Amino acid sequence: MNGIEYALKQVHRAENETHRHLLQMADTHAAEHEIHHVALDIAAWSGENVQLLAAAARDNEIDLDEDADAPGRLAQTARAVTSALSGRSAETGILLLHDLRDLFLHASDASVHWEMLAQIAQAKRNEELLRLAERCHPQTLRQIRWANTMLKALTPQILSSL
Amino acid sequence: MAQQNADHSSRLISPWGERTPYGAGQRWPSRVDMQLSIPEADVERWVTSASVLDSNGDALDIAVAGGRIVGVRGRAGDRVNHGRLGPKNLFGWQAEHHPDRLTTPLMRRGGELVATSWDEAMSAVVRRCQDLLRSDGPSSIGFYTSGQLFLEEYWTLTTIARAGIGTDHLDGNTRLCTATAGEALKESFGSDGQPGSYTDVDYADVIGLFGHNVAETQPVLWMRILDRLDGANPPQLVVIDPRHTPVAERAAVHLAPRPGTNLAVMNALLHEVIASGAVDRGYIDAHTVGFAELDKQLAGATAEWAADICGISAHDIRRAAGVLGSAERLLCTVLQGFYQSHQATAAAVQVNNLVLIRGMLGRPGCGVMQMNGQPTAQNTRECGADGDLPGFRNWTNAEHIAQLAEIWNVDVLSIPHYGPPTHAMQMFRYAEQGSIKYLWISATNPAVSLPELHRIRDILRREGVFVVVQDIFLSETAQLADVVLPAAMWGEKTGAYTNADRTVHLSDKAVDPPGEARSDLDIFLDFAARMDFRDKDGAPLVTWTDPESAFAAWQRCSAGRPCDYTGLSYDQLRGGGVQWPCTPDAPGGTERLYADGKFWAAPGYAETYGRDLITGAALEETEYRALNPDGRAVIKAAEYLPPHEDVSDRYPFQLITGRTIYHFHTRTKTGRTPQLQQAAPTVWAELALSDAEGLGVTDGDFVDIRSPRGVLRAAVRTGKIRAGTVFVPFHYGYWDTTGAEPDPDTPGSAANEVTVTDWDPVSKQPLYKTAAVTITASPAAGDER
Repeated sequence: MNGIEYALKQVHRAENETHRHLLQMADTHAAEHEIHHVALDIAAWSGENVQLLAAAARDNEIDLDEDADAPGRLAQTARAVTSALSGRSAETGILLLHDLRDLFLHASDASVHWEMLAQIAQAKRNEELLRLAERCHPQTLRQIRWANTMLKALTPQILSSL
Repeated sequence: MAQQNADHSSRLISPWGERTPYGAGQRWPSRVDMQLSIPEADVERWVTSASVLDSNGDALDIAVAGGRIVGVRGRAGDRVNHGRLGPKNLFGWQAEHHPDRLTTPLMRRGGELVATSWDEAMSAVVRRCQDLLRSDGPSSIGFYTSGQLFLEEYWTLTTIARAGIGTDHLDGNTRLCTATAGEALKESFGSDGQPGSYTDVDYADVIGLFGHNVAETQPVLWMRILDRLDGANPPQLVVIDPRHTPVAERAAVHLAPRPGTNLAVMNALLHEVIASGAVDRGYIDAHTVGFAELDKQLAGATAEWAADICGISAHDIRRAAGVLGSAERLLCTVLQGFYQSHQATAAAVQVNNLVLIRGMLGRPGCGVMQMNGQPTAQNTRECGADGDLPGFRNWTNAEHIAQLAEIWNVDVLSIPHYGPPTHAMQMFRYAEQGSIKYLWISATNPAVSLPELHRIRDILRREGVFVVVQDIFLSETAQLADVVLPAAMWGEKTGAYTNADRTVHLSDKAVDPPGEARSDLDIFLDFAARMDFRDKDGAPLVTWTDPESAFAAWQRCSAGRPCDYTGLSYDQLRGGGVQWPCTPDAPGGTERLYADGKFWAAPGYAETYGRDLITGAALEETEYRALNPDGRAVIKAAEYLPPHEDVSDRYPFQLITGRTIYHFHTRTKTGRTPQLQQAAPTVWAELALSDAEGLGVTDGDFVDIRSPRGVLRAAVRTGKIRAGTVFVPFHYGYWDTTGAEPDPDTPGSAANEVTVTDWDPVSKQPLYKTAAVTITASPAAGDER
C-alpha cells in the first residue's frame, strides 16, 4: 500500500463513519427538530465526499465503494420508535450530547485525514487529489463547527437539569 | 389636503384609499385619514400615538371623549405616513372597550380559571418563581414575550430575566416574524439596523419586493408606492411571490417560484446580474469582503438551472435580473415569503448581496429593507428581549458583557452568556422535556401562532409547567394558563416604539385601562419589587418607576451602540417620529445608515461573528477577525438545498400561510372590531382554479387540508396562485368558536394545526411556508354552505 492509498482509505473510512453517524443521529433525535433536519442536510456532504473519493481512487487504481454506509433499516426503525417514545425523558438529553460529541470526533477523524491526503498529494505532485481535498475538506470542517455550536448551546440546559 | 371621516365600506373594499400621485424625488403629498364614532367637534382631546397593528409605524392621534377612545386621525406631518392610515388602524381601536376585555387577574382553582386579586395572583407568580430558583435554578424559568409591547416594557423584562433571574430563556414572538430580518442584517452588515428609509420609495427607479406582499402587510407603504406608480417617472417593480398579490399585479416582472426554492432564484438572479457586468467593482473592492466566494458559489447557478428547480421560466429570471441590474436607484424589500421559508437567512442575505454588489446603499432611493412583521418587533430586538443582548451586543464578546454588567451593576457571571439566548422553539422543547418548568407569556398567543398546535397545547397543559399569561383578552393560550394577568393595551399606557425604518414614536396614555387591568410595565415592575432583585452593591436592580424613567435607563444602555437613543426625549417624540441613531451630535436622527460605506462590522463592535448560512454554526472570534479585520460588509454565499418537507403522492400540495390586510396576529383585537371581522370572518384556503377543478370544488365549498400533524377545514377561494400551492391565512383560532382548541375529531380552523415544526438553523425562525399537505373536498361541504 502506498501513501496515497493509505490516506484515501482513511478519509474514505472516516467519511463513511461520519455519514452513518449523522443519519443515525437524525433518526434517534427526530424529536429534536433542528438536529434532525441539519443532520440530514450535512450527511449529504459526507455522502458526496465518499462518492468523489471513490472516483478519485479509481483514477489511482484503488477500489473504494462509492455508496456511503448507512445504518441498517431494521435498526433505523427500532431507533425511530424509541425516539418517539422517549422524546421527553432526561436521558435523551445526555444521549444527544453524546451523539454530538461522536459527530465531532468522526468529523475530526475525517478532517485530519483530509489534511494528510492533501499533504501526500502535494508531496507526490498529484494535483487532482489536492483539488479534491480542497473541495471536500471545508464541508468536514463545517460539520465539526456545527457539532461544537450545538454542544455549546445545549450543554448548559441539559446538564443543569440533571 | 383632504381630511375625511373614512367611509366604512369604501376603505374596506378599497383599503388603500384614493391616489395622490407624485413624481420621482418629489415630496409625497399628505392625505389625512380619520375615523371617528362621534362628530369631530365633540372630541375633547387628541393624544399622540402611532399604529400598532402592523410594522409600518404610522403616526396618529387618538381621539378621546367622555373618558373613552372615540377614534383616530393620521398625523399629516409625520415622516412615515403623511397622514394616512390602513384599514386595521382606522377601525381596530374599537377593541379597546370591547366587553371581552380582561379586568381582573385569574387563577386556576379546581381546574377552572377564577377571578382573584392582584396580590394573590402576583404572590403565586412570585412564590413559584422563588421555589423553582431554589430547587432547579434559573434555567427552569422562561419568558416568552411579544412584538407588541413598548420599548420600556421590553427593557424592563430583559433586565428582570437576564440580570435579575439570570436565565438564558427570554424570547419574543418576533422569532416568528422578524428573526430572519435581524439575522440577515447581522450577517451582512455586522449588526442589526435597517440600512434604508421609507423615503427611498420617493427616489427609487426600481423596487424589488422579495416575498413581501406589502399591499396587505404594510398598506400605508403600499399607498406610497401606488402614488409613485401613478406619478411621473414611476419605478418598475420586480416581485417574487408564489401568489398573484396586488403587488404582483403592478409588477414589471413577477416570478412565482415553487415554495422552498427562494435561494435558487436569488442565486440565479445574482449569477445573471454578475454575468451581465452590472456590478460596482469600486464599491465591492472598497467596502466589502467575500465577493470571490460568492462568484465561485454562483458558478453553475444559471437561469436555466434555477428554472428547473423553481418551476419558472429562465427567460423571466433573466428579465428580472435585467431590471435589477439596470436600476440606477434600487430599493429592495424583504418579508415573510423569505423569512418563513426554507433557507430563510441564506435567501435574505442574497438580497443584501444584490444591493452590495451593485453599490446601492446609503443614497436616496438606494437601500435594502429587511422588514418587520409586528409594530414593536424592532424594540424586542434592540432591548434584548429576543435572541440578542441589549443594544445589539454580541454574547460572545467579553467586552460587551462587561458593558452590560456595568450598566446593571451586576457581576459579569450573573448574566448568562455561555450560549446564544434560547430561541422560542427551543424553549418550548425544553418545556416539553421538562427542564423549563415556568413559562411567562406576555402579549402573544402561541396556542394559535406556533407550528404544530396539538404539540404546543400539550406543552402548555403539562402538569410540570407553570404557565403565566399576561394579556388583554382571554386568548386560547390564556385559557390554558395557571395564572392570567389582565394588561392595559395601547392607548391605556405610555411608551415608545420603533418601526421597520428605525423611526421612533411615542404613544401617550389616552384613557384608563378597564377594571383592574394594569400596564405591562407596572406588572413587570411589581414582579421585580416583589422578587427584590438587587445589584451587586445591594441596591435595587430595577431603578426606574414609570415609562419615562425606564426610557432614560434604556438610553444609557443604548449609548454608543448602533441603536443609540441618547439624543431623544419624550417631548421631542411628541412632535413626530425620529429615526435612530439619534445622539446629541445627530439630534434630528439618521435617515440612512452606511452612507459613507462604513459598517458596524468591526470585530470589537459587531453584534455577531457570523454563522454558517446552512448549518447555523457560529464562527469564532479569531475566524471573524481573519475574515473581516476592517469591519467591511460581508458578502456571504450559500448553496441551495432542497426543502426538508417536499410534496409526495400522499401529500401533493405545498401549504403556505400568511396575513390578510384585515387582521392582525391571532385576531384578538381585529376579530373584535366589527368592520374588520365582517371583512374576513372565517378561515379560507386560496387555491389555483385548476387545482380546485381537479378537486371538484368551487368558491365557497369547504375543503379539508391534512398533514401528518393535523387537519384544518377552510372555505375555498380560487385565485391566481401557483398551481400545487395552497395559501391559508394564519389568524384564525378558537376563542370565538370552541374555546382553546377545536372540538375533538373536528377539523380545526387554525392554519398551524397542519404546519411542520422546522426552523431556519441560522435565525431559528419557524418555517410556515413549506408544509406538504393533501386536500380533499370536505365531507360536510354541502351542509356548511
